[in-house]
This record gives sequence, structure tokens and C-alpha cells, in this order.
Amino acid sequence: MIAGHASLAARRAVRATPLLPYACGLLFLLGSVLVGLAVGPVHMGLGATVESAVGQLPFVHLHSGLSSSDDAILWQLRAPRVVMGMLVGGMLALAGASYQGVFRNPLADPYLLGIAAGAGLGATIAIVYAQGAVSSYDLIPLIAFAGGALAVATTYVLGRSAGAGRTATTMILAGVTVMSFMTAAQTFVQQQHSDSLQEVYSWILGRLDVAGWHQVALVAPYVAVSAVAICLHRRVLDVLSVGDEEASSLGIDVRRARLTVVVFATIGTAAAVAVSGLIGFVGIIVPHAIRLTLGTSYRLIIPLSLLFGGGFLVLADVVARTIMSPAELPIGVVTAFCGAPFFAVVLRTSKSFT
Amino acid sequence: MTALSLDSVSVALGGATIVEGISLSVEEGEWLTLIGPNGAGKSTLLRAVAQLVPFDGAIRLEGRRLGELGRKELARRIAFVPQSPLLPPEMRVREYVLLGRTPYIPTFATERRGDHEAADRALRRLELLELARRPLRTLSGGEQQRAVLARALAQEAPVLLLDEPTAALDLGRQQQVLELVAELRLHRQLTVLSAMHELTLAAQYADRLALISGGRLVAAGPPREIATRELIAEHYNARVEVIGEGGDPVAVIPVRRR
Repeated sequence: MIAGHASLAARRAVRATPLLPYACGLLFLLGSVLVGLAVGPVHMGLGATVESAVGQLPFVHLHSGLSSSDDAILWQLRAPRVVMGMLVGGMLALAGASYQGVFRNPLADPYLLGIAAGAGLGATIAIVYAQGAVSSYDLIPLIAFAGGALAVATTYVLGRSAGAGRTATTMILAGVTVMSFMTAAQTFVQQQHSDSLQEVYSWILGRLDVAGWHQVALVAPYVAVSAVAICLHRRVLDVLSVGDEEASSLGIDVRRARLTVVVFATIGTAAAVAVSGLIGFVGIIVPHAIRLTLGTSYRLIIPLSLLFGGGFLVLADVVARTIMSPAELPIGVVTAFCGAPFFAVVLRTSKSFT
Repeated sequence: MTALSLDSVSVALGGATIVEGISLSVEEGEWLTLIGPNGAGKSTLLRAVAQLVPFDGAIRLEGRRLGELGRKELARRIAFVPQSPLLPPEMRVREYVLLGRTPYIPTFATERRGDHEAADRALRRLELLELARRPLRTLSGGEQQRAVLARALAQEAPVLLLDEPTAALDLGRQQQVLELVAELRLHRQLTVLSAMHELTLAAQYADRLALISGGRLVAAGPPREIATRELIAEHYNARVEVIGEGGDPVAVIPVRRR
């Protein structure tokens, strides 16, 4: 009787979709978006922002009381930036969680396989050599994307050829090698053209300073595709956590699963990095905060990383553009500055961490 | 009927031959234990059967070569418990046992009702229902070993491979785990192939022993033929006494040279 009861309770606990964490994630994201829309040099007020947002929905006729110029600021300047923050933040957190899963390494972040160094080199080359030639605003993301993807591909080829074992560790070491090389090349190019130093640095430190919806549309498809692909692998990531051999004896093609997740995480991250530069910490802090507070299964961590990562970066961007207003702080500085203490607090207060 | 047959199986890893031309067969419902000194190739042979290392020769499962079976199909027929399984510390016991259902779940899907029921059966069988919601790291060594067995059991495979199932356990726990395997075997008609270095327990629980030394099969047969003073002296380089009861070995005891 008691055993039966316990079984039922246990089953219910696992089988029911845990709604609370998702509700938390959605609320957090929604709240962050509203704050992101409302806060700026031109004060809108939360109420008017909500009214204007509702008014944007099809079939709803509602006048927010915002002037047409305020409305333009809201929808042509702030909204694309907020959406970009959601996409980039969600993607970085998702990619971080994925890398931590496939490499079983809690310190893995989206930049583990050299993507940041590759994108940095690409962006530096674009800034230094293509200045003025073409509209560098369009060229930088393209070459940064190519650089990031090239770096990860090199890491993969190197990792495969290096070890007979082709283990996760070989891959990480190959990543370190590629990263060092590309960083050296980037520094070399940058030092030769010290006149572009300012611009290169501002790219490297990351920003969400987007020019309207155009760039959002550029990134969104990549993020969407990789988010769907990775979400489909969320159970596989749980199986991988028991080790390559056991996952294999459970019927998983470990190498293919790892490669697929890495490829999609890389595509999404490369797109995010291409438009936003290098925004550190998001990929480590967000998945770990979820792990420590809401649950340790990748089935939960993967989708929640999208929600919380998106919200977190939108809020970080609010800080970045208001704290020294009218000047802007690079967002990477904010994520590291707010992120590190936040992470320390989570570590301290969490019961489940030993 | 023969459940598992090995036909001159050899394994070479990193240029060194670890297992050389071993032929063996395990009958359905039988418990065969591989014994032999450290480095004899017991674990490697088990890993070859689990398709975790490349091998030469043929391994057949119910007459079909392992290579013919798909990865998932194989996982539905052979469950493997490694010597030191990796236990994600924060994973709950029930989530862990549910991973055993992986071969039945389509790649991008999640568990269905039947999978939850199978996991519940395994948890009940190994008396883990009370611990189902505990994180793995809070379990004792014996409880962890039971959780690993439950995961293998949830796999509902007719063949169970156990690599040193009692390595990290105290005497009482060793007995409990082996009794459990013996019971499961009768209850579920499991075929068990295990590797053990604890000779007394191996002799007590297995139907047959296969002595492996230097990667080769020395002898295979009922414990009374294999767990003998002479064979152990020769291949373990040890002085032992074998205490028997009605001809069957009950204990293998090391004897100090004086």
C-alpha cells in the first residue's frame, strides 16, 4: 500500500510536465522585455509601453497615448534591440548548456571550441581591411560568422586527427590550440593597424547596438533552427551524462549525437557572435543558475536556458545603455560585472550544491 | 539453446593484443563468470560483447552476428553494467533508471507510459522506490550499485553483462548484489555473463567459470573443475586452499608461505 502510494507519487513527480519552472521562465522573459522597452533616455512608462505593445497585435485597435515619435523610438529603435538581446542571450545560454552536456564539462561555454577567437579574427580583418570599401556594418557580421565557423571546423578536424580515442578531451584541447592561434593572429592584425583599435575593442567587448529590424531578421533563422534542433536532443543530453560507453550501450550513437549538437550550437552561436560581438559569461551563468535552482535534467535546462538567457541579456543591455547614459557601456562588461556576483550568490545559497 | 556464442574473438587495442582467439558459449538462462588475474582481458572481452571495442572473430546473439543488429536493437538485447559507472551526482534515482529505457524511445521523443511502468518495476524489484526521488550522490555505495542494476534491468534485455559488479562493496553488500542477480536471473530468465576477480563468490554463484589468462581462454567448466588449487596456483601465481562441500568449491582461501 505504502509502496504503491510512493510509486504513484514518484511517477507523478517525474511524468507531469513541470509547469512552474516554465512559468517562471516566461514571466522573467516577459518582465525583462517590458523593462527593456520602457527604459531609455526617453521615458515611456510601463503602462504606455504595454498599451502600445498590445496595440501592435493584429485586430486590436488601441491607442497608447504615445506620440508618433515615441512610438517610432519604441518600435524602430528599442524593440529590435530588445528582440536581438533575447535571441543572442537565449542562444548563448542554450549553446553553453549544450556544450556542458556533450562535453560533460561544467566549465564549457559557447566559446570553448574557438568560435570567439575565430569570429574575433574575422571581425578584426573586416574592420581593418574593408573599412569604407563596402558598408562594413554588413560585412563584419558575415566575416565574423565565417571566422567563427572556420575555427570550430578546424578544431573538429584537428581533434579527430589528433587522438585515436576522439574523446571529448581531445576536442577541448584542439579548441584551446585553435583559440590560441587565432587570438595570436587577431592580435597581430590589430597591432599593425592601431588606428582601428577602438573599433576592434568595442566589437570584442560586445554590444547589441543594432540598426533596426534588418539585423534581427539576419540572426533569427539561425537561432530558431539551432534552438529547435538542440531541443530535440534534450533527452539525448541526459543519456550522455552517464558516459560515452554507457550511452553507447543504451543504443545512442554518441559521436553522431555530439557532432549534431555541436554543429547546431555552433551555427547559432556564430550567428549571435557575428552581430553582437563577444558577450561572455551568459553561456555559463544562465545554465548553472537553472541547474542550481530549478532542476538538473537537460530536458529542463535546455528550454529554460532560452527563456532565462534571453531575459538576462535584455536586462544586461538595459544596464549597459543607462548606467553611463548617454554613453554606452559594452554589454560584455555588464554581463561579467553583474554575472559573477550573481553566480556567487547562487552558489552560496543553493542547497543542492556540494 | 545458446544465447551467446563467441567464435575465436580477438581484441587488439593500441597495437597490443589484449584478447586472443577466445571461443565460448553461454546457454540461455546460464550464469557464466569470467575469472582470471588482473589484466587477463576479462573486461575487454565483456566490452567486445557489448560492442564497445572493435574485435576480430564473431560474436553471435541467438545465432545472429552482432554486426547485423542495429545499435538500438542490440541495446534491447544486451544490457551492460560497467565496472565503475559514471553517476551524474544530481540526477534522481528514478530519472537515472528511466535512462535504461533509451533503446525503446525514438531518437527525438520522450518516455511513454510503458517506459515509466518498466522503470517502476525495476525500482520495485530492487527495493528502490523509497529512494526514487533522491539524487544519486546521496546514496550509499550499495544503493548506487542497486540503482545501476535497476537501470540495466529497466532495459529489459535478455542478456546482462556485469563487469566486476561487487568491486566497491563490503562483504554483505557483495552478497546482496549477487543474490539479487541470481534471483533476477531465475525470475526473468536472464542470461548473465560477468567478470569477477573475487574467486570465492564467483565459484559460489556462477553455473560455469571461464578462466582467462594472458588474453587466452585456459579452461571453462563448472566451478569444481575450474576453481582448483592447481589452476589458481599456476595462473594467479598464488598459494591457495580450496574448501569444498560435496565436491563443489565453497571458498578459495589464500595460504601464507611459511
